[in-house]
Amino acid sequence: MLTARDKLGVKMIIEILRQYYPLIFRGVGYTMLVAIFGTIIGLLIGLLIGTYRTLPMPRNKALRVLKRAGDFILTTYIEVFRGTPMMVQALVIFWGFALLNGGQTLNVTFSALLIVSINTGAYMSEIVRGGIISIDRGQFEGAQSIGMGHGRTMFYIVIPQALRNILPSVTNEFIINIKDTSVLNVIGFTELFFQAKKIVSINYQTFATYMLIAIVYFVLTFSISLILRFAEKKMDGKKHFTILGSQSDRADVVAANSGGGRND
Amino acid sequence: MIDGRSIAEVGSDFENKEASRAIVSYASAATQTAEETIIKVEHLGKTFGSHSVLRDIDFSVKKGDVTCIIGPSGSGKSTLLRCINLFETPDSGRILFHGEDIINTKNASRYRRKVGMVFQSFNLFNNYSVLGNCTIGLRKILKIKKAEAENIALEYLKTVGMDAYVKAKPKQLSGGQKQRVAIARAMCMSPEVILFDEPTSALDPEMTGEVLAVMQKLAASGLTMIVVTHEMSFARDVANRIVFMDDGVIAEEGTADEIFLHPKNERTRAFLKNEK
Repeated sequence: MLTARDKLGVKMIIEILRQYYPLIFRGVGYTMLVAIFGTIIGLLIGLLIGTYRTLPMPRNKALRVLKRAGDFILTTYIEVFRGTPMMVQALVIFWGFALLNGGQTLNVTFSALLIVSINTGAYMSEIVRGGIISIDRGQFEGAQSIGMGHGRTMFYIVIPQALRNILPSVTNEFIINIKDTSVLNVIGFTELFFQAKKIVSINYQTFATYMLIAIVYFVLTFSISLILRFAEKKMDGKKHFTILGSQSDRADVVAANSGGGRND
Repeated sequence: MIDGRSIAEVGSDFENKEASRAIVSYASAATQTAEETIIKVEHLGKTFGSHSVLRDIDFSVKKGDVTCIIGPSGSGKSTLLRCINLFETPDSGRILFHGEDIINTKNASRYRRKVGMVFQSFNLFNNYSVLGNCTIGLRKILKIKKAEAENIALEYLKTVGMDAYVKAKPKQLSGGQKQRVAIARAMCMSPEVILFDEPTSALDPEMTGEVLAVMQKLAASGLTMIVVTHEMSFARDVANRIVFMDDGVIAEEGTADEIFLHPKNERTRAFLKNEK
């Protein structure tokens, strides 16, 4: 058996992991499911809203009113979901749905996915909008000058560059989501923190159990950091390029050719 | 008008036959309909707030014309060019493209395909290679297949001497190289006229030389160009018409000789004093 000193130490932590690993892995699974799904859906929501909010004001008066109304609704959504704690949002949505449906609650996993997605969407909308407006006007004008409309300009030129620029912020959101799913224990979602509480209620080893969970959270977030940093490097492409053939800079050829000129 | 010999000279300078054929066809098309007016600007006015930048601007560009717009900074040259491309909406007057007023057109993108633009700050697409910059318009707007688009792009990249750099990204190029790619990108859409907005103002003298050489070559091939520039020697040697702007109006216009050797306007004389 373990001695009193071991209860605080590494041995205890390893012992808990050995004993409860099925519970912990389940928690990790649910946490990562919600974090990955919520971040991806949140990013998609952010792309749609960020793109809408950066649309140029239409010249047509009716369309302009419509655009303003849309802006107002989206701003309200962003402010409300950014301005209230996710834990409270979870409780309001979960029990609000139950109230409307005569006590019938929403599936807990579905609720978790929904809440994290729309909450992340609010933050991502602002991140994407910031990414888009940070792209130099010249990129828009260059695209328009060859005859691209706003849609093509955004899709082929601006969004790809904005996505690269916001990737560090998206990584941030991802990591926050991994940690913040812990608040979903209030609706009984069996993520990692929920499982930790369950383990503590069985073995009463509060310190060692939560220490173990802290380590697991850190391993998860740090792996994601490394993976996305690697993705950033990949997106940046090679530092060097190959000059084709044996030709060097052809400026000399061009300069030599320009002797003729124009005679009117 | 274009001198037949100079076209032949320019053509024979190219190693690549296809490229020269493309250039010569540009030229012959220009000679056939040399009198055709492409762009006509009538009574154009533009104000920013209470400041009127352009007042009653009148001028027209015929096929094959190389028009240089010169004048002091702040005289409205760039604004005029940006109005022609609809980047700025004029407050009064008309811009006729083949006789059709395009200021209130519903489809500015379609019009811009025929009116290319080269910017002072290059504005190459940072997320594409040199080749991608030239092919994106061909593929996504003109719906040309990838292989064919790349052939077309390579032709124009050869014209500007940048065909060896197809794989490079814009940030890996020097200013002069970027501007030559930007010219090729504009050429790829086969526009009827290309607008140059101070194309060499951000470049050192050496790079300025390489870009002007390319532009001179294009001018000789019969491409219609409107060039806002501070390069007086380029204007004198290459333009067949010079527009001198001062304080939002066209103070004087004429041939290079008229403007540079016998300027009538007092302001023109003062501006060009240092050029003689």
